Amino acid sequence: MDFQDKKAIYLQIADYVCERILLAQWPPGDRIPSVRDLGSELEVNPNTVMRTYDFLQQKAILYNKRGIGFFAADDAAERIKSYRKEQFLETEIPYFFRNLYLLNISLEEIEERYKAFIESEFNPNKVV
Amino acid sequence: MIELKNLTFGYTPKKLLFQDLNLSLQPGSIYGLLGKNGAGKSSLLRLMGGLLYPTAGSVDVAGFTPRKREPAFFQELYFIPEEIYLPSVSLNRYIDTMGPFYPKFDEGQFRKYLSEFDVPPDQKLTAMSYGQKKKVIISFGLATNTRVLIMDEPTNGLDIPSKSQFRKIVSSALAPDRLMLISTHQVRDLDHLIDGIIIIDENEILLNHSLADIGDRLLFSSLSSVTETHRVLYAEPSLRGYSVVLENTEQEDSKVDLERLFNAVVTNRAGIKNLFQ
Repeated sequence: MDFQDKKAIYLQIADYVCERILLAQWPPGDRIPSVRDLGSELEVNPNTVMRTYDFLQQKAILYNKRGIGFFAADDAAERIKSYRKEQFLETEIPYFFRNLYLLNISLEEIEERYKAFIESEFNPNKVV
Repeated sequence: MIELKNLTFGYTPKKLLFQDLNLSLQPGSIYGLLGKNGAGKSSLLRLMGGLLYPTAGSVDVAGFTPRKREPAFFQELYFIPEEIYLPSVSLNRYIDTMGPFYPKFDEGQFRKYLSEFDVPPDQKLTAMSYGQKKKVIISFGLATNTRVLIMDEPTNGLDIPSKSQFRKIVSSALAPDRLMLISTHQVRDLDHLIDGIIIIDENEILLNHSLADIGDRLLFSSLSSVTETHRVLYAEPSLRGYSVVLENTEQEDSKVDLERLFNAVVTNRAGIKNLFQ
């Protein structure tokens, strides 16, 4: 795994786990890799992976069956989305706003561009 | 599991290397011992392994006093020195000779590590390259399942894929009752593998904390300019202005950069000491 420079490792591993769940590679009800297996796979200390699993348990994205292992919660996908949204609003938006302010970009311009972006990226009727 | 109390040691009585050193290490962790060349990393490890004797103070490893060199102690300690020696025998002969010294030695585990490291099993040990020999010793040390495993610069001589394999294997070999202590000056080799950091400089232990603790107290970030309003503990020029270590007043999350941490600790001793008291 290629780790970024800025974010704490246990949070980067949390993103990795969330992605597996969202992509349905680790579906709800299936046991996810053990702390030891994931640690070995990602070449990180198992205690760091344990910290990730604890963190995701607090967010109710994972749950622990004693003696069996960790599982993705039934509503994990919903919870991941709300966790991501919270993270996006807290960490990425301030940076984005700062650039808008510094570069003197109006919200109207952003709105226009946003609409155009959605149109080109997510419009199913678009002819390519 | 490892306790140093008021440890004093010098190779000659007049010139002491350590004076009144205290250190306490817990099982279930992989500690990284960082220090400059000649800081005394290897001496400290050798004191723990019973290869050097303290001038004063005490060393306790897994409930034993290393200097007494009791057989029961050596069953619970495996020490991988920087300079390794392997006898001129086959791998099978080596297992038969050395395995019985370690009650928890697991031959299957040893062979599994060797194959993960791509070490051919049918070669005479002395015919192997330095890197291959190193991988034999590391695999053997991990497979002894001793409670304490000390490795002095284990990644020296390993090629790039082997370093990655090393991290995988060491990570999987950690157990709650096992303590691993790895000294290195190649911190990047151990990035993410260690969860405890010990920094030793000029005969002093400047830091002994978990990475989680360090992340709580220090913020690794970059600034376009360094002003007095930021609580900057250490700054170095970088492409984006300055790479800095700040006091983590807002409880922000950042990735602990081991090289920058090391530089911060050795250049701003007082500032770091204050924060970690």
